Amino acid sequence: MTRPPVPRWVTRSLGLGAVGFSAAAVVFGLWVMGPTAEQGDYSRLLVVHPPVATYAYVGFGITALASILYLIPRTRRREWDLLAGASAEVGVVFCGLTLVTGSIWGRPVWGVWWTWDARLTAEALLFALFLGYLALRRVPASEEVRSRRCAIAALIAVLDIPVDHYATTWWQTLHQGSSIDLLQPDKHLDTAHNVGLLLGFIGLGLAFAWLVIQRYRVEKLEARYEQEGLDLALEARRAEGDIPSDRVGAPV
Amino acid sequence: MWRDAALVAGKDLRIEARSRVATNQVAPFALLVLVLFAFALDPNRAVLKQAAAGLYWVAVLFCSLLAVQRSSAVESAEGARDQLRLSGLDPAGVFLGKAAAVAAQLLVLELLLGAGVVILYDVRLASLWLVTATCLLATVGLAAAGTLYGSLAAGLKVRETLLPLLLLPVAAPVLLSATEAWQAAIAGHPGDGTQWLRILGVFAVIYVAFGVVMYGSLLEEA
Amino acid sequence: MNYVYAGYSVTFVVLALYALRVVLRGRALRRALPPADDR
Repeated sequence: MTRPPVPRWVTRSLGLGAVGFSAAAVVFGLWVMGPTAEQGDYSRLLVVHPPVATYAYVGFGITALASILYLIPRTRRREWDLLAGASAEVGVVFCGLTLVTGSIWGRPVWGVWWTWDARLTAEALLFALFLGYLALRRVPASEEVRSRRCAIAALIAVLDIPVDHYATTWWQTLHQGSSIDLLQPDKHLDTAHNVGLLLGFIGLGLAFAWLVIQRYRVEKLEARYEQEGLDLALEARRAEGDIPSDRVGAPV
Repeated sequence: MWRDAALVAGKDLRIEARSRVATNQVAPFALLVLVLFAFALDPNRAVLKQAAAGLYWVAVLFCSLLAVQRSSAVESAEGARDQLRLSGLDPAGVFLGKAAAVAAQLLVLELLLGAGVVILYDVRLASLWLVTATCLLATVGLAAAGTLYGSLAAGLKVRETLLPLLLLPVAAPVLLSATEAWQAAIAGHPGDGTQWLRILGVFAVIYVAFGVVMYGSLLEEA
Repeated sequence: MNYVYAGYSVTFVVLALYALRVVLRGRALRRALPPADDR
């Protein structure tokens, strides 16, 4: 690759935009938005929880797409594998945040830290699926073997998600009847709330994109390090020990 | 493809018959799990009876882990994978064969566990057709997904710990649906169970299809 | 309201820390590797 896939100015603006919009979202959430009738102040969590939940799925979606592209022989490039890994890690962070913010939101509203709500349960499973995938990525194996297996693992996991959703939704309606939804349907939200939600989505979305790009770059560097790193380490040792290079390998 | 599948299934089952791991180790383990559940929960039978369906399927899940581990361990002997690839067998057939062997072992274990649950937990399986259908569909799905992951983790040093981490989350909807279906069967309302059979069916179809298509890719190693 | 503050802080602090980790790792790798013309 001779040209960086994403020019510096783009990432810079993404980063700045992320900070800017997130700040705006926080301001909206804390001061401009008022409490709602149904949930009082807690609906302010609209600004963070739905966006992080959405981007967790986006993260996994990118991983799945990149994995498919890697597996198809015609489009196979190492870059797709790297992107899959990067997106998965960022996704896992967002997924974890979803679970935490969901729990924090649930505690005052439902009175419990955790409830087997269909959405939260599905997110918890998503988290577990992601973790398995990331564990697989760290397994020592030849690069090609690992990339291919990870790609297939990502697809196996992704196929599970819709099944998961149906199962947990039917399961929830069976056992809880109609539960209080954390997310109120739009008609209950006034303009301030909708704007706050939108700002949250934009701010966190830009943050997500920025993080994926940065993580992707690190992934590329890691890949290079894997290849060249060993040689460099040997060089460093040679320099440290002041062993002239023509004597490397000879008994000291 | 089907002929290759039968060949591979036969081979795996013969290996199993000779080594008797399923009968000597996994079956006792399965029954032990049922007993341990009884220790963990109130010895008062009502609790066990209520939870029976779920406990049964958790036990089945554990057994499926072991069965899949065995199935992939068989292939990780020196060069066995290469031999499999070079033998000219259709990879889709290999997949179906291995999955079928795992499924067969699982079904036997499920029968055993079912008897265990009826006896130990005092459960009446009122609607047998639902019970059977659930077991069949769930087993196919578990065997397919398990064989895929088994092959994925094969040859890796961390296989034993990685496989559960990979397989269990994927198997979660099977656990959920099968438990619900069994509960409907035990309660005597088989009609409630049909939606869960649908999920199990979809799961089975998805993973069998995926395996048939992608197993060749898995067997290919640099 | 404490819950709201908690929710907001967890989100942004975690993301900021993660961003820091990624950027630092990138810098460390770039230092360890010879300069290349692809980024």
